[in-house]
Amino acid sequence: MKKNLFDKVWEIHEVCKLTGGRSQLFIGLHLIHEVTSPQAFSMLREHGLKVLFPERTFATCDHIIPTDDISRPFADPLAEEMMQALEKNTKEFGIKFFSPETGYQGVVHIVGPELGLTQPGITVACGDSHTATHGAFGAIAFGIGTSQVRDVLATQTIAINRLKVRKIDLAGKLGKGVYSKDIILYIIRKLGVNGGLGFAYEFSGEVIDNLSMEARMTICNMAIEGGARVGYINPDETTYNYLKDKPYSPKGEDWNKMLSYWESIKSDKDASYDDIVKFDINQLEPMVTWGINPEQCIGISETIPSDDSPSTKEALEYMKFKPGQKLKGQKIDVVFIGSCTNGRLEDLREAAKYLKGHKVPKHVKAIAVPGSYTIKKQAEQEGLHNIFIEAGFEWRLPGCSMCLAMNPDKLVGDQISVSTSNRNFKGRQGSSTGRTILASPVTAAASAVAGEVADPREIFSIK
Amino acid sequence: MSLGPIKKVTGRAVPILGDDIDTDRIIPARYLKCVTFDGIGEFAFYDERFNPDGSSKGHPMDDPKFKGASIIISGNNFGCGSSREHAPQSIKRAGFNAIVAESFAEIFYGNSLTLGIVCVTLPKKDIEKIVNVVHNSPESVLEIDVEQKTLKLNNDIYNIDIKESARKAFLEGTYDSLGELLQNIELVKEFEKNLPYRFKAWGI
Repeated sequence: MKKNLFDKVWEIHEVCKLTGGRSQLFIGLHLIHEVTSPQAFSMLREHGLKVLFPERTFATCDHIIPTDDISRPFADPLAEEMMQALEKNTKEFGIKFFSPETGYQGVVHIVGPELGLTQPGITVACGDSHTATHGAFGAIAFGIGTSQVRDVLATQTIAINRLKVRKIDLAGKLGKGVYSKDIILYIIRKLGVNGGLGFAYEFSGEVIDNLSMEARMTICNMAIEGGARVGYINPDETTYNYLKDKPYSPKGEDWNKMLSYWESIKSDKDASYDDIVKFDINQLEPMVTWGINPEQCIGISETIPSDDSPSTKEALEYMKFKPGQKLKGQKIDVVFIGSCTNGRLEDLREAAKYLKGHKVPKHVKAIAVPGSYTIKKQAEQEGLHNIFIEAGFEWRLPGCSMCLAMNPDKLVGDQISVSTSNRNFKGRQGSSTGRTILASPVTAAASAVAGEVADPREIFSIK
Repeated sequence: MSLGPIKKVTGRAVPILGDDIDTDRIIPARYLKCVTFDGIGEFAFYDERFNPDGSSKGHPMDDPKFKGASIIISGNNFGCGSSREHAPQSIKRAGFNAIVAESFAEIFYGNSLTLGIVCVTLPKKDIEKIVNVVHNSPESVLEIDVEQKTLKLNNDIYNIDIKESARKAFLEGTYDSLGELLQNIELVKEFEKNLPYRFKAWGI
């Protein structure tokens, strides 16, 4: 039988079967950060265990790090304690830590790919659900809990049930002002936030073939928002071009050797799948969420549904929106451009391209948070920071920031933010009554300029 | 690591209803700022239970009639969102040993399994029936039989669904995977030698 990429990579990494049918799966690359790892290291110490392959684990700090002042100790003593724990644990167990001083710190799912650690045909695990991001390279990447972080540290393996695979075939051409963020929101709307339970999603089709690595990462990043723990895209020339000359990507003879490995793990032409769905995205317009999960989204010209299902009612009550209302024109308070979903160089370039010459009104607090120091440096070389600052944005230091507001960047009261992050859950952005509207970076930029939820194609005359 | 088997969970239940109850609702991110899981139980469902001024919102967990409940009843896609183990840790430390729902998010389910929280599913109509009984007589005791795959409530018996791998792990006491994984450590070391890739830094 012809195999898909998931099956091939799984089989290459399956050490053995465990009782009850789970597999012991080898994790080639383990990424850790300060929030979900300290307890795992404590558990290792409790059991007197060592890290089996310290050279396969890499650390960075992202969730709690401030994006304005990172002088030590951090103003928040709890954040400082977590940072110190990470410093101590990585030092004691011999793990490479990309701290701010190294110049490579950033959001874990941005750092892995841009350093060339994330490669096709590997397995990746990280104590963070957006680990699916790495699937954009043709890796199989799992978000795991802290006990599993412990398992990977101690054994470089996890106990896991094999997933089914659903191919999501995307036909058509992206319209102007429409981005991969809009595609993934559309897919989640169609398949539901729990549609992917038990599945890995393989994203394919001409739309995907034409996307950059950055745009592909945005799509895989949000697979988990559709319930799929794993999302991936078959590697191709775009993938290999991105990887060339990255610090950890293979060099010289190794490159050729790995290239043939990468080619070998691609889904076979007539590979079998547990499910196949097709979407045409020709008519897709910029998407915005109106509710409290990412499935609750609409095209910018549509109106909020007026069904009286309990979930719609609960969402509208929390968001204080009316059924049948348009979101376009809704006054907003905050705009956040950043996160592992949309904090990459291409996102900042695209937003800056349109922001040039525009001004954010006084009532809107707008922040741009580059995903890593690598991105920040490059963006500043290109002068993007000046465009953001002149438009009225704050230009911040790298971190997860207002995506989940574990650092000082938070909404206040029931403020509404247009955010390029991945979750619009109740209280997600740091206020238990705060309201989040998810959108692409260019829709966020347009909304910042308009002071209300806006169609970027109108605000920036994109034709 | 070496844990006793879990064959049955018995206890009173509290309905925490709704679909897609996400991990930010189970434990808001600000309570993840910790280096141990100790004391995390008191923050379970915090923003669902309390207003910003600390006053009660009247959440079922704080309803005196459900006090002492050890089983949560909920809807579809329970635990969606983050991989934070803080979510099932807070639920366990708040005194819950089992969750009955229509379905569970993947990562939450795995995390709960490792902690020995028995997650089982039932169709909506059965959940509605159980919720009804629990509302009317909150002192009723549910008995989840992992081995027989049943849930007993008064005179009714429901056929619960549970992943076979999870069921076996509970019955054999291997739900915390580390012990089982460590047994194969020599095999893993050999396996690694044949893996086609390693990470070499160039100029970093």
